[in-house]
Amino acid sequence: MTHHLSVEDVIADLLGQWGHDSYNLLQILIGVQQVFSHVPSAALDLIADKLSLTRANLEGVIGFYSFLHTQPRGLYDLLISDNIVDQMSGSRELAGLLAQRLGVEPGTTREDGVVSLGYTSCTGMGDQGPAALVNNHALTSLTPQRIEQIAGLIEERMPLGEWPQELFAVSENIQRRDLLLDNDLQEGAAIDAVVSRGAEQLLGELEASGLRGRGGAGFRTALKWRFCRDASAAERVVVCNADEGEPGTFKDRVLLQADADRLFEGMTLCAGVIGASRGFLYLRAEYLYLLEDLQQELQRRRDANLLGEAILGQAGFDFDIEIHLGAGAYICGEESALIESLEGKRGIPRIRPPFPVTEGYRGRPTVVNNVETLIAAAMIAANGAEWFRSRGTDDSAGTKLLSISGDCKRPGVYEYPYGVSLETILHDCGAEDVQAVQVAGPAGQCVPPSEFDRSIAFEDLSTGGSIMIFSRQRDLLNVVENFSDFFVHESCGFCTPCRVGTTLLQKRLHKVVSGHATSEDLVMMERLGSLMRESSHCGLGATAANPVLDGMEKFPELFAARLKSTSFEPAFDLDAALEEARQISGRDDAGAHIEGGGI
Amino acid sequence: MSRHFVIDGQRVPFEEGETVMDAALAAGVYIPHLCHNPEFHPHGSCRLCMVTVNGRHSAACITPAADGAEVENNSDVLMAQRRTLLQMLFVEGNHQCPACEKSGACQLQAVAYYCGMLAPELTHLYPKREVDASHPDVAIDFNRCILCELCVRASRDVDGKDVFAISGRGIGTHLVVNSESGKLGDSQFDAGDKAAHVCPVGAILFKHRGYDVPIGERLYDLEPISRVGDVAAQEDYNG
Ligand SMILES: Cc1cc2nc3c(=O)[nH]c(=O)nc-3n(C[C@H](O)[C@H](O)[C@H](O)COP(=O)(O)O)c2cc1C
Ligand code: SF4
Ligand code: SF4
Ligand code: FES
Repeated sequence: MTHHLSVEDVIADLLGQWGHDSYNLLQILIGVQQVFSHVPSAALDLIADKLSLTRANLEGVIGFYSFLHTQPRGLYDLLISDNIVDQMSGSRELAGLLAQRLGVEPGTTREDGVVSLGYTSCTGMGDQGPAALVNNHALTSLTPQRIEQIAGLIEERMPLGEWPQELFAVSENIQRRDLLLDNDLQEGAAIDAVVSRGAEQLLGELEASGLRGRGGAGFRTALKWRFCRDASAAERVVVCNADEGEPGTFKDRVLLQADADRLFEGMTLCAGVIGASRGFLYLRAEYLYLLEDLQQELQRRRDANLLGEAILGQAGFDFDIEIHLGAGAYICGEESALIESLEGKRGIPRIRPPFPVTEGYRGRPTVVNNVETLIAAAMIAANGAEWFRSRGTDDSAGTKLLSISGDCKRPGVYEYPYGVSLETILHDCGAEDVQAVQVAGPAGQCVPPSEFDRSIAFEDLSTGGSIMIFSRQRDLLNVVENFSDFFVHESCGFCTPCRVGTTLLQKRLHKVVSGHATSEDLVMMERLGSLMRESSHCGLGATAANPVLDGMEKFPELFAARLKSTSFEPAFDLDAALEEARQISGRDDAGAHIEGGGI
Repeated sequence: MSRHFVIDGQRVPFEEGETVMDAALAAGVYIPHLCHNPEFHPHGSCRLCMVTVNGRHSAACITPAADGAEVENNSDVLMAQRRTLLQMLFVEGNHQCPACEKSGACQLQAVAYYCGMLAPELTHLYPKREVDASHPDVAIDFNRCILCELCVRASRDVDGKDVFAISGRGIGTHLVVNSESGKLGDSQFDAGDKAAHVCPVGAILFKHRGYDVPIGERLYDLEPISRVGDVAAQEDYNG
């Protein structure tokens, strides 16, 4: 919003701040975007020149991230969170109201350049939606009154800093506390444990605790740290994955807001164990509002000798943490894509092996852990494996933070021992007349009432934390469509099955929902889905068909009810019969097909 | 002691560090592929080379060979999956084979024949893409680009020019040219570049070369791709 600044000056500043390092390209581009509401053409050439990159390379990075643009966005760039839970609480209607009030179509920028309006993937406010972002700052609990208010502020050109603070208020909404949230950590206690007892003993403790990754995959944390420690290298790296992009998840946001000290303690502990000197916190752009507090917390810890050189007076224990922002790409939560993004590139998942523990950030052995995992590790270092094992099951030790949203009376963050049943959860959060529960986000499972006795655990329903509840009033096909749209938007585009399959699946599904499909379309969706599952390069593509496949399996009647005809199968397919003629004439345009000929 | 894996019943020896694709190619076993070219770093994006290794699907070009592994390559299931992948590539772009100068020497077309792909059953996406004829010697028809990134790799790793890059995301992913106008003619591209000679399809084409080899007598008209191999390795087709 400060157009009087020159491109040259802004870039000189940013380059200085980021050490003239081409690996920090993404952070520099985010800085330019924040100042000029786009990355101007002149900036492309200048940055490319200074960092010895090509212009096309920069265009490629900008083109990858949803929040970077080469064309100016409005001074006020409004993005409405488009998760199904936001939609259920009226986000689409509010977007319509805003569009009308401001005279701007969703997906466009108003002619005078003052405001842009659009949709974005889940902003991590499922318990306090409908939510939105204005220039990446989170807006919560939107109502028609608030929309009026916001429209007024924009028309007055009120600087964001002077908007009423309650518009940006984010509540923690912690509804249930257990091991992690009920107990404190004495500052430095976990770091002291590794300094005084040594890395080997701590790894043993961590192993005995049975701690497994909280980000989704459930990999044993002690093993991951040991692999990294054993990889030979001059420098090792610790990364905290705070990308939290799984729609319906927000527990990391609460931890980052309320528990940053314990998180940084966990990262430093990890550094002590594996021998790392560099740390990164990869923070999703949607949580920009947390950045300042997190920076202050880091500074406080440096001042207390808990970060920096000779931590706690231990010669050679040097470790510091930098914060890198994301820029709107769910795939950057996948650990190897995250590392690419940390290196300033397009977030394309790497070929594995090698795994990050042997070759990660800049080829250095790198541990990537979820926010919750690192906090749990710090608590185990201070309290011991037995303390941790006092909760949970044999295969799933400890507790899990769940982000609960959707049709229930008390949405928010719940900490439960692993092994808790869906029934208990639904009872506690006040969910009634439930039709289905989506566990682990769009990539996870849709669980019908007949399976509510199942439990949250790695050996049963494994989840990074997203629990979305749908009552019987909801049309589940809308949910499936919303999830399929999400994957179309978030596929990185690298591999064929996911890049093309997500779109083809979306089109078929739309055909079903709009009542134009036959049972053949269901067969094709099954075929596309299982191909995506088996042939995709990474977990995103491998799970992107889950909403459709799972929906067809668990709720077949919903799909069958929308078919154009389930009994009539055309005996003679006129369109197919024309295929030879099309081949000979080399035509395959719409005019060479017969409508309704069946596919 | 030498190491082996078994692919469709045939023993294939390999050296430490080789992929399933490397070892198979060396042993004369054809695994369908598009984004792989042994001269460059493996990429793993087209997924056509998908095989099963001890029952698990993986892309042969990026999967390290393992001693004693059972690899399935020519099964009915895999061939059917490859046909669907090929159809995805066809409907994603605009491929009018009879009107394409590369017809008969195009790897996409040849692999489609080899895998028995007939008419596309998938919805055509008909993307709006352009033809860039700004360069004096070489044209790019983006309608036919399958995003194998071979030109990107060749220009970066061999020519040292970085003429190409990939932009966009998801279904919007596309090839871009490094110049202010985005046009090939304004870039440092040269017809003698390695990048001019690696495109497996008819996206990067030499100009002034209308049908030198008559249709019907071209590379893959005479023999299947499983015997002839990659078009990029053929002198006659890469000027
Ligand atoms: C598409 C995709 C998105 C992911 N997003 C996240 C995420 O937002 N946060 C996270 O911690 N892990 C995410 N993961 C899992 C990470 O790849 C990785 O397993 C995790 O960060 C490891 O940490 P942990 O062992 O502590 O769970 C994602 C994985 C995939 C395939
Ligand atoms: S599966 Fe999807 S997200 Fe993953 S690499 Fe392939 S295109 Fe990218
Ligand atoms: S132009 Fe050809 S070589 Fe380059 S990415 Fe496209 S298909 Fe591959
Ligand atoms: S040839 Fe292996 S993925 Fe393309």
